[in-house]
Amino acid sequence: MSQLISADRLALDAATSTSAWGLLRLRQQLEQGLPLVPRPYLALAERTGLSEQEVINAITQWQNDGLIKRFGLVVKHRTLGYTANAMVVWNIPDEQIQALGKAMADVPFITLCYQRPRRLPDWPYNLFCMIHGTNRERVLTQLDSLIADHSLQHIQHSVLFSNKAYRQRGGRYVNHD
Amino acid sequence: MRLDQTDQQLINHFQRHLPVCERPYLEMSRQLGISEQEVIERLQSLQSHDVVGRVGPVFEHSQAGASLLAAVAAPEEQMDLVAARINRAPGVNHNYAREHTYNLWFVMTAPDYELLEEHLDELEQELKLPMLRLPMVEGYHIDLGFDIDWEALS
Repeated sequence: MSQLISADRLALDAATSTSAWGLLRLRQQLEQGLPLVPRPYLALAERTGLSEQEVINAITQWQNDGLIKRFGLVVKHRTLGYTANAMVVWNIPDEQIQALGKAMADVPFITLCYQRPRRLPDWPYNLFCMIHGTNRERVLTQLDSLIADHSLQHIQHSVLFSNKAYRQRGGRYVNHD
Repeated sequence: MRLDQTDQQLINHFQRHLPVCERPYLEMSRQLGISEQEVIERLQSLQSHDVVGRVGPVFEHSQAGASLLAAVAAPEEQMDLVAARINRAPGVNHNYAREHTYNLWFVMTAPDYELLEEHLDELEQELKLPMLRLPMVEGYHIDLGFDIDWEALS
């Protein structure tokens, strides 16, 4: 009897570890993008040792859990013509940062907005927002309106346009070695 | 690459909520009024022209693993060289030149923070340049894709 239990136990462990390993492989594969074949989830299943349904369930689950924040086409804005990309950084008084961060996040032309630590004396800025635009003048006009709308005239800020992308790709969190 | 209206619709509709079912491209083709094969071919073409980096998930990095924005101040004439060294470090997924004393900005990812810090320490020692490490404290607006202003682009 005890032998039977331990055999079951082993089978169960094997099944669990196969699927844990399969899920890790699935994340690795997904980080490189969905295959462009009629049944992409089946293709992923074949590469990971999971079933097509397990792949579909895992992706659905990860979306519900928030591990995947969006699932779709990842557009390269620079290729499209969004060549003016400005990171605008602000030195916001700590007690105002949350309110201002939330307000900026609602501005349509701001595509990302994050709080980060200051690194004094070199780096006094604690709020970062990104403006993607088709040209520099347009971005600067948008910035002017942002400053006027939110009374930011007296807030120290700096505009860091990017003039070259050396790399732009999705995050790879799972070891690929 | 010239994008026609169908390409634009494909981008407009599917930066989010790509169908997760047996035949996702078939599902998309029905919404766009084209064939499944055409959806696949258009996605292949968008990818090969680097308009679309990939089709797939954007992971929430606070849950997916460790990720950190860092910047270095590289001498102007060595920027390409330093950028190439940064790209050789493990887990670098974004690397941009920006107009500032800190002129190279990159995002590094790793399975966990301990490993991430190790990789950054190694890179810092190799580069011998001032480096800022700026982890996210709070995200007010995370990447959900954004509406492309096709008119401004045309």
